[in-house]
Amino acid sequence: MPFAAIYVPDFLVAAVVRQEPLLRGKAVAVLEGTPPVVTVAAMNAAAAEAGIELDMTKLQASAYPVELRQRAPQQETAAHAALLDCAQAFSPRVEVTAANTVVLDLAGLELLFGPPAKLAQDLKQRASELGLEANVAVASNPDAAIHAARGFAGITLIPPGKQAECLGPLPVDVLQVTPEILETLDRWGVRNLCALAALPEVAIAERLGQEGLRLQKLARGAVERPLVPAEPPLEFEETMELEHAVALLEPLAFLLGRLLEQLCARLGARALATNELRLTLILDTAQIEDSPQSHEDTENRVIGRSGHRVIDSGVIDSMTRSPDGSITRFVRLPLPMLDSRLFLKLLQLELRAHPPGAPVVKVTLAAEPVKPRPGQGGLFLPATPAPDQLELTLARLAGIVGEQKIGAAEVLDTHRPDAFQMKRFAPSVAPASGRLSRGHPALARVGETNTRETPTRTAAETAAIHRPTMALRRFRPPLAATVVVCEGEPVRIAADKIQGEVASVFGPWRNSGDWWKGKAPRNDADSHGLSWARDEWDIAVPTKQGITLCRIYFDLASGAWFVEGTYD
Amino acid sequence: MASALRVFPSPARDRRAPLEIEGVIPASRLGVRPQPETIPTSIPQVDKLTGGVPRGGLTEIFGPASSGRTSLLLALLAQTTAREEVCALVDASDAFDPHSAAAAGVDLKRLLWVRCGRKVSSSPFLVSRKNRASAEEREARNEKLASVEQALRAADLLLQAGGFGLVALDLGDIPSAVACRVPLTSWFRFRRAVENTATALVVIGQEASVKSCASLVLRTKHSAISTQQSARAAGAKPTHTRLLHGMQSEVEVLNSRILQHKPVRSATTLLESRASWVG
Repeated sequence: MPFAAIYVPDFLVAAVVRQEPLLRGKAVAVLEGTPPVVTVAAMNAAAAEAGIELDMTKLQASAYPVELRQRAPQQETAAHAALLDCAQAFSPRVEVTAANTVVLDLAGLELLFGPPAKLAQDLKQRASELGLEANVAVASNPDAAIHAARGFAGITLIPPGKQAECLGPLPVDVLQVTPEILETLDRWGVRNLCALAALPEVAIAERLGQEGLRLQKLARGAVERPLVPAEPPLEFEETMELEHAVALLEPLAFLLGRLLEQLCARLGARALATNELRLTLILDTAQIEDSPQSHEDTENRVIGRSGHRVIDSGVIDSMTRSPDGSITRFVRLPLPMLDSRLFLKLLQLELRAHPPGAPVVKVTLAAEPVKPRPGQGGLFLPATPAPDQLELTLARLAGIVGEQKIGAAEVLDTHRPDAFQMKRFAPSVAPASGRLSRGHPALARVGETNTRETPTRTAAETAAIHRPTMALRRFRPPLAATVVVCEGEPVRIAADKIQGEVASVFGPWRNSGDWWKGKAPRNDADSHGLSWARDEWDIAVPTKQGITLCRIYFDLASGAWFVEGTYD
Repeated sequence: MASALRVFPSPARDRRAPLEIEGVIPASRLGVRPQPETIPTSIPQVDKLTGGVPRGGLTEIFGPASSGRTSLLLALLAQTTAREEVCALVDASDAFDPHSAAAAGVDLKRLLWVRCGRKVSSSPFLVSRKNRASAEEREARNEKLASVEQALRAADLLLQAGGFGLVALDLGDIPSAVACRVPLTSWFRFRRAVENTATALVVIGQEASVKSCASLVLRTKHSAISTQQSARAAGAKPTHTRLLHGMQSEVEVLNSRILQHKPVRSATTLLESRASWVG
């Protein structure tokens, strides 16, 4: 039963390089501690060659031509999660041996991914795509694979039964022994696993006890143990801490793009997509100023108790600023998607519409994992906008006209005039049953005429459709008007767009409701949420082009006349 | 060096007529050309006159207020949404009435309504005090963005996104002086965007402004008011006994590039629309 181990050398440095790909191939050292005691915690081979040593102070290290970075535990967590994702993409049985080492059970994977050599190559390739340069080793037991991955760079394949020969040249410290035992072995002149494996078992047991025997078995690659698979939680979060605060959207978008690529690669490795992105920005508290909330259109919004603003569509739009100066934004998608460029554009538009109000010092991006969108569209269903393209278009439109000014209108169940609410536009996906929709062009092509009358339509339906409904074009807000009334009827009107003698009058019809909610203030045509009472008239006013047919009303609360709209 | 260069003469067949295959008739010589796809308005008179609104083309419906432009548009939207297609309405003056649309049979869930006329800020800055002045300057520039410009940009985005069965650009309440200032290049761009697609672009205005870019131009004109009086109070007051029943409009085809309907001049039909409260 083969096992594969993935080991990331210089893990602390690798976690930093993963966030900053430009550092790849350069000498990098990672610093740890709080000023003034900041020392080198890790470095890569190039930095070691340049002369950097562990526990060197920052001042000393800065004298060498190396890139110095501060250690970031969140980056290491993300790198470890990426390593797990890499392994989970191939096998569900994954053991987390250390932060930088995972072991996979390859049993039964040959039919899926090919022979172990190809699988090891794919593992290394996938790790590289996730931003980690890893060593991969395949052996017949987990420990042999782990030691080979730690000891040999690149890809190592150990044939069954050849563990002792292959592991022999490796130094003893690969086994991660205690310093005392290492010192003892060094005094004996035992410096590699081959020498350790050749020692007589009884003599080792007398001098080093059971630990010595265990180490010898490890050196021979003969330890058989069951794998301890881990089931890590599905958390997809990437964090980047910035040395200098970013005040412009463009450079922030560059950083977001990098985080999104990593997130999407990790989601892709698990065959998942996302339908919600959560962006948390830690702001420079020294420069926080009033958030530009005043720029936003607050129409049709309600301020919730928790500070979340609830849009009337029911979507929670949480532009919350916590006391520590962080801001969280959500981008919710109608369908699961996995396109980093699309996500970046959506985040850019979101930030442009809602600037956080201060320079950013830390960015955290999290994705809610969901299963990818299943199925496909029907061949004979009408074409609809691609969901990802539609989402981007809606976000761009929101940038032009405002978030609350686009969507699908929903008529409210009330007699209040002009009562509707804007809902998020998400046209329902037609069932992919292959059934042709009524009046679909494909049906019409069969007929001779191009008018495409569907034969299934009933006579009553046809009669109703053939008489179009007279539409009302509303003025929002209604136009204030001066109306001359004679014998209880309007005879002359003067408003912004309509003025003249009234040729025909229809009405009045009284319309009122919500009397229990209180009266609207005088001279206010907009009585949303309050009671209303009015007398409506339909009038025809002659104009140069003909006749304008409009609806006017006398507001009983304010005692004023308004033009509600024109019939067209 | 000139002697080293060799010039290959063009093949003689390039100058000849295109190669013809026996039994295959070139499309240019077809007796009956393929009919362009159209969206019917569901109003027989208008469909008979126009053949429907062409997909992949730009249709302009213009006329003064109360001439039936919006009623015609709602009939079109109702037809298109009934086919389970997705439509978009770019409303330059925020005049769309969802109640009228619902009464006309429009499936509002399939209609994307873009309400123009309100400006929003757009700043490239996450904000910093030193950049605040620049941000405000930019915001001030955006304040000047007219609703027509917003509508044009929105329509452009929707057409570029694709997948819509019908995109309507409603400039019905925009003064004709403003609408006529829309550059011709914008209409050319729109026409180019919908070409070879299944999208029909319909523009509503007070005066003809699309000019030569339109595949179909309809002019509407108010004709009469339909009223209904109760028999008991016919011809007498009070006025609440009279009911506005609907209105009649004239629809005139000024230009049509649909192949089966050669460009005509002033073909007219009557359009009768009923009020939503009439059964």
